[in-house]
Amino acid sequence: MRRLEPAAIGGVMSRELANFRTYWRGTTFSSVLEPIVYLLAFGLGFSATLVDEVDGIPYIEFVGTGMVATAVIFSSALPAMFGTFVKHRFQNTYDAILAAPVDVEELVTAEMLWIGLRSGTYGCVPLLVTIAFGLDPAPGMLLVPLFCFVTALGFAGFGVAMAATVAKIDQFNYVTALCITPLFLVAGTFFPIDGLPQGVQVVAQLNPLLQLVELVRGGAFGFEAVDLARFAYLCGFALLTWRIAIRQMYNRLID
Amino acid sequence: MVKRFGPITAVDGLDLEVPEGICLGLLGPNGAGKSTTMRLLTGQAIPDAGELRVLGHDLPGDAKAARAEMGVVPQLDNLDVDVTVEDNLAIFARLYRVPDVAAAVDRALDLARLRDRRRDAVDELSGGMRRRLLLARGLVHEPKLLLLDEPTVGLDPQIRTELWTLIGELRSRGTTILMSTHYIEEAERLADEVAVMAKGKVISRGHPVELISEHAGVQTAEIYGPPELLTEARAKAEAQGLSVRPAGPAIAIVGSERAENGAIPDDAVVRAATLEDVFVMLTGEEAE
Repeated sequence: MRRLEPAAIGGVMSRELANFRTYWRGTTFSSVLEPIVYLLAFGLGFSATLVDEVDGIPYIEFVGTGMVATAVIFSSALPAMFGTFVKHRFQNTYDAILAAPVDVEELVTAEMLWIGLRSGTYGCVPLLVTIAFGLDPAPGMLLVPLFCFVTALGFAGFGVAMAATVAKIDQFNYVTALCITPLFLVAGTFFPIDGLPQGVQVVAQLNPLLQLVELVRGGAFGFEAVDLARFAYLCGFALLTWRIAIRQMYNRLID
Repeated sequence: MVKRFGPITAVDGLDLEVPEGICLGLLGPNGAGKSTTMRLLTGQAIPDAGELRVLGHDLPGDAKAARAEMGVVPQLDNLDVDVTVEDNLAIFARLYRVPDVAAAVDRALDLARLRDRRRDAVDELSGGMRRRLLLARGLVHEPKLLLLDEPTVGLDPQIRTELWTLIGELRSRGTTILMSTHYIEEAERLADEVAVMAKGKVISRGHPVELISEHAGVQTAEIYGPPELLTEARAKAEAQGLSVRPAGPAIAIVGSERAENGAIPDDAVVRAATLEDVFVMLTGEEAE
């Protein structure tokens, strides 16, 4: 049988969809409410007292477009980490799936695609909320779901690889504290990174979330040539974590 | 076939052939290598040595094609508990590339006798219903070969009997079944042939009746009493070359029909030899 069969990938995704139908209300509620709360707290709070605008963009629109990246990482890396771990260790779901004509490569690809699609959709919510708060719609914004999808694929692969690597679920605390929180803070969401020390700025360029934030702002306020490189970087990030996730999961699932 | 996990050799030179159309019971104590054998057959474990052929497909290379034609019922319940009964079946019908998913789901629901619970979430089902659903899920694509890994381990006697009836029906329809179990009664009732497994290999194989006459003879005498009496009875029987094994609080003298002059006390309970006698003698483990 061939590699990466659409039937196998579609079958695994249909399992995710069937499960999603039982819990989508809660997830959707929090993903809509969260950016509203952030925008009210940061946007209105800061712009009333400390900051009016950043690089000529009203602060609320600056934060609102940046929040897209926050929504993406929290709806991709975390569900990938915890979901994969729970399905593997507690529910034995992967044992059932791998007893069917599905291999590890197809399983990981399907899980990543599912999270990518879901997170790509939820990532657009903060943008819609910001539009409701007064941001002018722009044609470039139509590309935001694609940017979110590709970034979410990368973080889904990261999460799956982590879930296949840690020995115990509480080790995710290290992953969150050492990786996810710094990435989320130094993404240019709440403050522009050009105020940071030169060294930090250079390292921050490696952060896929920063590239996503720049692309989203490009969509809202006008693209630059460098945005093509940013998009290519996100594609590369997704490709890399995809292969690592497959390797780690293979080692975990096949004796 | 050989499979090692670090210093442990779980499968140690296993040689097994399952003829088409029979139910073969892989009977062995915990740790005999039964579950590892099952995982090797689905390509979820890769052997360190040996050849493996399932339904004409060479494993592990062709494992995916082999899996497409076999059904697996795992030891642990791994149903999606929040999802409905019919969705659990439909997901696997899709994974197995069944052309008509709706028809396959209906057929599986009939088999599990869960047609009227099709729209309920799995966690609303009773334990017995869940086990029936797990079995039906493994059969949703009408496989040629069914792997049952300890199908009734840890279940209530009533649920166990219910499942035995279902497995019996499959057997009479001619589905080839490989069933691992450490329950003697399960092997005795369901298996056309039993392969007794210990320490990673098959140590004896045959129809339950043949195994009994070959290894245990006709009768077994169970002797109950204080320890001194049991020690004395054991010594007498062993002096005559008879096999003696512990049987809970008693000792059992296997092949007691061959005992001479007074080796068997008058108050001993004499019964027909069973597969349990064979199992304990061959594996040295007390049976469940």
